[in-house]
Amino acid sequence: MKFETVIGLEVHTELKTASKIFCGCTTEFGGDQNTHVCPVCLGLPGVLPVLNEKVLEFAIRTGLALNCKISHYSKFDRKNYYYPDLPKNFQTSQYDLPICEGGYLDIEVGGETKRIGITRVHMEEDAGKLVHSGTISNSEYALVDYNRTGVPLLEIVSEPDIRTPEEAKAYLEKIKSILSYIDVSDCKMEEGSLRCDANISLRPVGQEQFGTKAEIKNVNSFKAVQRALEYEQERQEEVLSEGGRIIQETRTWDDSRGVTLSMRNKEQAQDYRYFPEPDLVPIVVDSEQIEAIRRSLPELPDARKARIMKEQGLSAYDAEVITATRPMADYFDALIAAGAEAKAAANWLMGEVSKLLNACSLDIRSCPVPPANLAEMIALIEKGTISGKIAKTVFEAMWNEGKTAPVIVKEQGLVQMSDEGELGNIVEAVIAANPQSVADFNAGKEKAVGFLVGQIMRQTKGRANPELVNRLLKEKLTGK
Amino acid sequence: MDLFRLKAHELQQKLFRREVSAVEITQSVLARADKVDSTIQSFITRTPEAALAQAKRVDEKLARGEAVSPLAGIPGALKDNMCTKGVKTTCASKILANFVPPYDATITEKLAAADAVIVGKANLDEFAMGSSTENSGFFVTRNPWDTDRVPGGSSGGSGAAVAAGEAIWSLGSDTGGSIRLPAAYCGVVGLKPTYGRVSRYGLVAYASSLDQIGPFARDVRDCALVLGAISGHDRRDSTSINAPVPDYTAKLESGVKGLKIGLPREYFVAGMQPEVEAAIRRSIDELVAMGAELVEVSMPHTQYALATYYLIATAEASSNLGRYDGVGFGHRGEGSDIVSMYKRSRAEGFGPEVQRRIMLGTYALSSGYYDAYYLKALKVRTLIKQDFDRAFGQVDVLIAPIAPTTAFKIGEKVEDPLAMYLVDVCTIPSNLAGVPALSLPCGFADGLPIGMQIIGPHLSEATLLQVAYTFEQAHDYHKQLAAIREVD
Repeated sequence: MKFETVIGLEVHTELKTASKIFCGCTTEFGGDQNTHVCPVCLGLPGVLPVLNEKVLEFAIRTGLALNCKISHYSKFDRKNYYYPDLPKNFQTSQYDLPICEGGYLDIEVGGETKRIGITRVHMEEDAGKLVHSGTISNSEYALVDYNRTGVPLLEIVSEPDIRTPEEAKAYLEKIKSILSYIDVSDCKMEEGSLRCDANISLRPVGQEQFGTKAEIKNVNSFKAVQRALEYEQERQEEVLSEGGRIIQETRTWDDSRGVTLSMRNKEQAQDYRYFPEPDLVPIVVDSEQIEAIRRSLPELPDARKARIMKEQGLSAYDAEVITATRPMADYFDALIAAGAEAKAAANWLMGEVSKLLNACSLDIRSCPVPPANLAEMIALIEKGTISGKIAKTVFEAMWNEGKTAPVIVKEQGLVQMSDEGELGNIVEAVIAANPQSVADFNAGKEKAVGFLVGQIMRQTKGRANPELVNRLLKEKLTGK
Repeated sequence: MDLFRLKAHELQQKLFRREVSAVEITQSVLARADKVDSTIQSFITRTPEAALAQAKRVDEKLARGEAVSPLAGIPGALKDNMCTKGVKTTCASKILANFVPPYDATITEKLAAADAVIVGKANLDEFAMGSSTENSGFFVTRNPWDTDRVPGGSSGGSGAAVAAGEAIWSLGSDTGGSIRLPAAYCGVVGLKPTYGRVSRYGLVAYASSLDQIGPFARDVRDCALVLGAISGHDRRDSTSINAPVPDYTAKLESGVKGLKIGLPREYFVAGMQPEVEAAIRRSIDELVAMGAELVEVSMPHTQYALATYYLIATAEASSNLGRYDGVGFGHRGEGSDIVSMYKRSRAEGFGPEVQRRIMLGTYALSSGYYDAYYLKALKVRTLIKQDFDRAFGQVDVLIAPIAPTTAFKIGEKVEDPLAMYLVDVCTIPSNLAGVPALSLPCGFADGLPIGMQIIGPHLSEATLLQVAYTFEQAHDYHKQLAAIREVD
């Protein structure tokens, strides 16, 4: 029997507001344990929450960017459960009246665009962090750090529209791209500012009704989400193919072993006893507020991609990569504004620039080569002043020394050798010095040309104009 | 003369005229407590040194000719569920027996800004759950009028302290009658303000949508003074009302001529003590004689108020009290793992009534029962609010009993929680509706005070005080103080 996979994702993202959702404490990551706390986020007897208006604004921004309907009337609810990282033993969240509902986003997989529904986006508070003395199972004690308690979170819930682990990864990348475009979250999975739980079930192809799902928690990277889903897809298929039944349960992803493991099943599922948070008043948002936030939204990835394709004639692939993050797209726009040719600009950005940024673990916002300098260098290639090959050396020097391309080219004498007479002499000398290669060439071995080009490049320290070298070499070898 | 016997406004006059000092007033009140508190047991924690130091500061201010508020130098008490920085706040619970808050409640700050003197933290039913103060995790407070009887609850310590002369005024909290019942049983004035009039920030929550802080006082004028000092919008309490605070003493002498008084027939329940019913009806007749107009009204959903309350209040409590788990603060029981530690901490820390209400509330919110209990209670709450809206479309205030009987004997109802719950049948509806209600002494039965309840629409505190003052001035109930044998 053939099965179809059904996946829905719950993404939790920490909002980068300056202060926490219900008190004035900083949301800064790190800090000494239990220093970013106050009576309110510690849940001391008698305290009351007050909603940070910025959180509401960020939630609406996110909802609009994800094409959601923004609720004019929404409220907070308490989700009750006991856990030592939760000082009040309830999490203030939103249950039946979330701030945003009914949106979507488009993902691109295998050259096809697919629309994934967004069920809801809601606001809630983050919990603290447990620090165990050993591993979770053999710890003698655990300590609690409440610094993260009360950091604002958005939970973004997708419709079960995702059909493959690859689509799931593309969905997450798109969410991350949109959230960073609208500047509401850092989306750093390693710092826990973006987290994902995945629901996955299988059903026979053609069947309308969903199969029994498993929820996978503890997945800490996009790659891990894809791997966990691939593993789980295979596991469920195996169970079903052998006539077994899937148990509705929560499973945890063990990244080092590459497996999902059962945490708790439906029978052990908690009853959260949701009820309206009596310490907060309902949230009433009018159309004017929503429209003001809509007007403040920047151009979103999809629109920017379409614009770059149309205006600059880039391929869909190039435009997708370049617009994946807003700083990257901004850098590209700056290159174009400085006069760089679009395709060359895109290639440099996706090639050398990204390579060095990755090697140095830098964000493009801290790229040591400003866009105008890179554009200037690209112009030197266009004019034939330097070769594309030499340009890589020049770019590295610009990166390391902070100088402009013309200065480096001048200092290091990297100007391309394009003088036909001068280069012709060198070509002749190389031909004369390598009779065996000439013989090979005459015997029909085209490869011999490559060797000779290499020799010429070595003698000119790579400065020879490659096109000219090729022409001269062919002319002299064939006597034409 | 015994300064502790005077009203706040009388002491204020003497203070301003420099006839007495704030230190002398405070010493008198502290000395009185020294002599009677072993009998009455109003206080969980007494703070005599801090009180005298504060009184001294007030005297220095007065000596420098600085302007001070009407409560400056006047000793009062706080119910021990209001946070006081550096001073134990126990909620009369073993689970918080050693809890010292690192912050002040908004009312604590406001009273400090008003230069008031605080002499101690008053006893209560544990976490304000009860009607007799017998549910205190520490000891039972006694009624100053008859020490074999309860002072009412849950703010029994606050009511008894004012009645016994151990404080000139005090604050209580009222979730289902917890200010008004002890005020009635102890023969003092008590007011539950409109929900949101006084900030709840720093009041340890029992049932968040019902809790409200309010004053106890010896007479109506004092009640108005204290209310004025603690009212007002607070950014730290999202449910607090952003409306200006009037001078609550301004309208006191305006009389009741032309005022429409409603008599809600559902509040005169079967089984009422005849003397109590007679006293209320007599009081209404007197108000009519003073010029008020009487209108009989019906509030048909009153009979469901008690059930509604015990679903909503316990549901909220079950969640509010989740934080007492032994992890961050409060009593921690021994346990081999986190769950057994939770269980031991809570089993050892909470008394039986608190445990009962947590269980009730947990049940009411459980999946499968939520709609039948909690959600239905919310709907009935709306109907009860509508009863009040309709009534206040016809009348200015409602007059009703506070409780069906006068103070009952200690131990009389402890074995019967339902009988104890029924004591609050007349006070609970106004909490559900969020409207203000005042308890005023209106007579005695066998030497025990009887309380009359005056209920008004949202933010009508000034009108309630006006009606109460008019009635009070025609009697001498407020001039009587319980006779308590002083012990040296």
